[in-house]
Amino acid sequence: MSQIIDVAHLNYRYPQQSADDLTLKDISFSVADGEWVAIVGHNGSGKSTLAKNINGLLAPVSGTVTVDGQVLTEKTVWDIRKKIGMVFQNPDNQFVGATVEDDVAFSLENQGVPRDEMLTRVHDALAQVNMDQFATREPARLSGGQKQRVALAGMIAARPRILILDEATSMLDPQGRYDVLKTIQQMKAQSDLTVLSITHDIDEAASANRVLVVNDGRLVEEGKPAEIFKHGPALIKMGLDMPYAERLKAALKRQGVQVPTDYLTEKGMADWLWQLSSNK
Amino acid sequence: MAIEFKQVDFTYQPGTPFETKALTDINLTIPDGSYTALIGHTGSGKSTLLQHLDALLKPTSGTVTIGDRVITPTTSNKDLKSLRQHVGIVFQFPESQLFEETVAKDIAFGPQNFGASEADALKTAAKMLTLVGLDANLLGRSPFDLSGGQMRRVAIAGVLAMQPKVLVLDEPTAGLDPQGRLEMMEMFAKLRHEQNLTVVLVTHQMDDVANYADHVIVMDQGRVVKTGAPREIFKDPQWLVDHQLGLPKTTAFAQQLMAKGLTFDPMPLTEDELAADLVQQLPASAFGGAQANDD
Amino acid sequence: MMTKLIFGRYIPGNSVIHHMDPRAKLLLSFYFIGIIFIANNWPTYVILFVFTLLAIKLSGVKWSFFINGVKPLIWLILFTVILQVLFSASGGHVYFKWGIITISQLGLVNGIYIFCRFVLIIFMSTLLTLTTPPLELSDAIEYILMPLKVVHFPVYEVALMLSIALRFVPTLMDETEKIMNAQRARGVDFGEGNIFQQMRAIVPLLIPLFVSSFNRAEDLATAMEARGYQGGEGRSKFRILKWQARDSWATVSFAALTIVLIVLRA
Repeated sequence: MSQIIDVAHLNYRYPQQSADDLTLKDISFSVADGEWVAIVGHNGSGKSTLAKNINGLLAPVSGTVTVDGQVLTEKTVWDIRKKIGMVFQNPDNQFVGATVEDDVAFSLENQGVPRDEMLTRVHDALAQVNMDQFATREPARLSGGQKQRVALAGMIAARPRILILDEATSMLDPQGRYDVLKTIQQMKAQSDLTVLSITHDIDEAASANRVLVVNDGRLVEEGKPAEIFKHGPALIKMGLDMPYAERLKAALKRQGVQVPTDYLTEKGMADWLWQLSSNK
Repeated sequence: MAIEFKQVDFTYQPGTPFETKALTDINLTIPDGSYTALIGHTGSGKSTLLQHLDALLKPTSGTVTIGDRVITPTTSNKDLKSLRQHVGIVFQFPESQLFEETVAKDIAFGPQNFGASEADALKTAAKMLTLVGLDANLLGRSPFDLSGGQMRRVAIAGVLAMQPKVLVLDEPTAGLDPQGRLEMMEMFAKLRHEQNLTVVLVTHQMDDVANYADHVIVMDQGRVVKTGAPREIFKDPQWLVDHQLGLPKTTAFAQQLMAKGLTFDPMPLTEDELAADLVQQLPASAFGGAQANDD
Repeated sequence: MMTKLIFGRYIPGNSVIHHMDPRAKLLLSFYFIGIIFIANNWPTYVILFVFTLLAIKLSGVKWSFFINGVKPLIWLILFTVILQVLFSASGGHVYFKWGIITISQLGLVNGIYIFCRFVLIIFMSTLLTLTTPPLELSDAIEYILMPLKVVHFPVYEVALMLSIALRFVPTLMDETEKIMNAQRARGVDFGEGNIFQQMRAIVPLLIPLFVSSFNRAEDLATAMEARGYQGGEGRSKFRILKWQARDSWATVSFAALTIVLIVLRA
C-alpha cells in the first residue's frame, strides 16, 4: 500500500510560545492509503495541533508534511485541503450554512462545482448519513449528533481522500456518539477513504487499524489497538478510556485472580471467564 | 437539604404561538444528603427540571419545596435570591461563566452577591481553590490564561464558594479527557462527604450513576418515569432501551455472561462487584496461589 | 423575554405570499412605503388599507401578529401624531389655540393620516418578515446589491457575513440564556435595582458572551478555511432565486394600485 500522508521531523510552536518551547517535538509517521489511524493523548498533549499541521491550518517551525505525493507549502495548501476533510469537536462552531443543505454545499461552492452537480451530490451525501429528511432544517433545531452527521455529509459531498476527525464525538451524548461512529464506519466501508481520528473514545480507537500515542508533543508509542489496549490502567494517563475488559481484569486482579496479559475483546473476556468457570 | 416537587407542570412561552410544554405532572423527592442521578435522553426535560431546583424557573403549576421554602407559580422573583445561596449549580461547560480579571475575584463573585465582604469572599476563594485541587498561586492569574480543565475547576470553586447545601452538576465531565473525568468525579465524591452536600448529577454516563449515585430519577418526554436505587433502575435492560438509555458497562457485560449460563443475583453494577461475584464462581486454579498485588 | 418580539420573526406557512420570490417581496415592500405618500385623502387611504389587509389575508398569518407588531411602537407613533396635531401648519377650522400650539381641523386630519401611514408601513414590513425566512431576505439583499460589484463592493462577502450572522442568532441567544442562568445562580439580579446596579449586573453576562463569540468566530474561521473557503471569487452558488408568475402578478397588482391611487388622490 502506498503512503498517503507522510510527516517527517515536524516541530511546531505557537506564536505566543518562547523559543525553547515546542508544542510538537520531532514527530514522524506515515499513514497508508485506506488506513484508519487513531491519535490518542490527554488534553493539551498536542494532538489537535498535529492535525492542523497536516492540512496547513498551522505551519510548522521545521519538518515536512507530504500528502498524496505533494509536499505541503503555501502553493500546494489549497490543493491539499481539497484532499482532506476535517470534522472538528464543537458541532455548532463548524456549521457554516444557514440550513443543513447549505452547509453540505459549502465546500462544493468553494470549489466552484456547477449547481446541477451540487444538487445531486448534496442530496446523495445527506441520504448517506441518513439526514435527507432534514435538508432544509436550521442548525438550531438539530441535536449535536445530527450536526456532526451533517458535517460528515459535507465531507462526503466534497469527496476528499482523507478524513481527519478532531475529537468529533467528544461533545456528543452516547446516542450521538454511536450514530456518528457508525456513519464513519459506513463511509470507510463504501470508499477507500483514509481516516485519521483524534480521540479519547475507546470504541473509536478500537475501530482503527493503528493507534498513535502522543504525550507532551512527542509521538511516544504506536501499535495495533490490541497492543496499545493491553496497557490497562495506564491507558487513562495516555488519554484513552479503558476498554471494559481491561477494567474488569484490573478488578479481578485486585481479587487475586490471575488474568491473561494479552488484550481481550469483551467477547474474548466473556469466553475466557466462561471457560474458567466451567472448570469448577 | 431536601427538594420536593409536587404536581409540577412547566410550559415555555405560555399563551403564544411558540408555546411548548416541557414538564408534566412531576412528583419527586431529592432526599437530604443523597447523591441523586437525573437521567434521560437529550430533550427529556432534564435541563428544565434542573432550573427548577434553584428557582431559575418557577413552575407553571404545582409547587417546588426547596428546604423550607415553597416555590409556587406566584412566588415573587425578589424573594428568590436568598434561596439560590443554598443551591449551587454547576452548568454544562461552566468555564463559560468566568468573567473576572483574576481567578480570586471570580471565585469571590458569588459570596459577594450574597452579602459577604470583599475580604471575606477573597479568603473563601483561596480556600475553595485548594478544595478543587488547584494551586494557590493561580489566584492572581487571569482565568482566561488557564487550561480548559483548570478553568472548569475555577468555575466549580466559584459555585462552592457560596457554600451551598445542595450541589447540582449538569454533565460536569463533558469534554474532559479520561483522566480529567475520573479526577473530577472523585473530587465531587470527596466534596460531598467533606462538605456534607446533597448532590444532584445530570448525566448520560451510566457508569457514573452506578459508581456514585444512591438515588436515580429517570425522565422521558417531560415526565418522571421511574425513581429508585440504581440497582432497581438497571434491573430491567429492555425498559432502559425503550427509554433510549444504556446500561452500566458492567451490567451489560454481566448480561453477556448470563447468556452463557453464569448467574448473578443481585445484578452487579460496578466491575468490583462483578469481580467479587465471579470469584465465587471461579475454580481455585484461577488464583495463582499467592495474593496478587493491588495496584 | 426576547421571544416576545414579533417583528423580525418568521412564521412558516404555505401561502402564495410565503412562496413569492424574496426579491419581489423586498422590493415591493419598499415600493409600497413610497406609494403610501401618494395617498392624501380618505379614498386613497381606504384603498391602501384594503390592499394591505388583502395581502395579510392571503398570507394566512393570524391578525394578532400584526396587532402585536404595532404595540411596541404605539408610543412612538402617538408621540409623532400629537406633535403633528399640535404644531403642524394649521388650516380649516381652529378648535384650540394657545401660544404656538394650535389644534385645527387640518392638523387633526393630518395626524390621522400619519397614524395610518405608520400602521400601513408596520403591517407591510411585518408581513414581509413574517412570511420570509431571514436567509431568503439575505439572498434578496445580495441580489439587489449586485450592481455594486462594479465599484468593487464585496457583495458575496457581505452576503455570507449576513447569512452567518443570521445562522448564529439562535446559537448566541441560547448562549446568553445559559450564561444568564449561571450568573443568576451565583446571585446576580438582572433587571433589578437602579441603572448603575443594572449596568454592573450586565458585565458578568457581556464578558463571557464576548469571549465565547470570539472563540466561536475563530473556530468557524478555521472550519471555513479547512473546507477551502478563499473568498468570494470563483465560488459557485447553491441557493438561487426563481422569479415566477406569482411574482409578476404581484408586481402588476402594485402597479394597478399606484394608478388607482394617482387617479383618486385629491
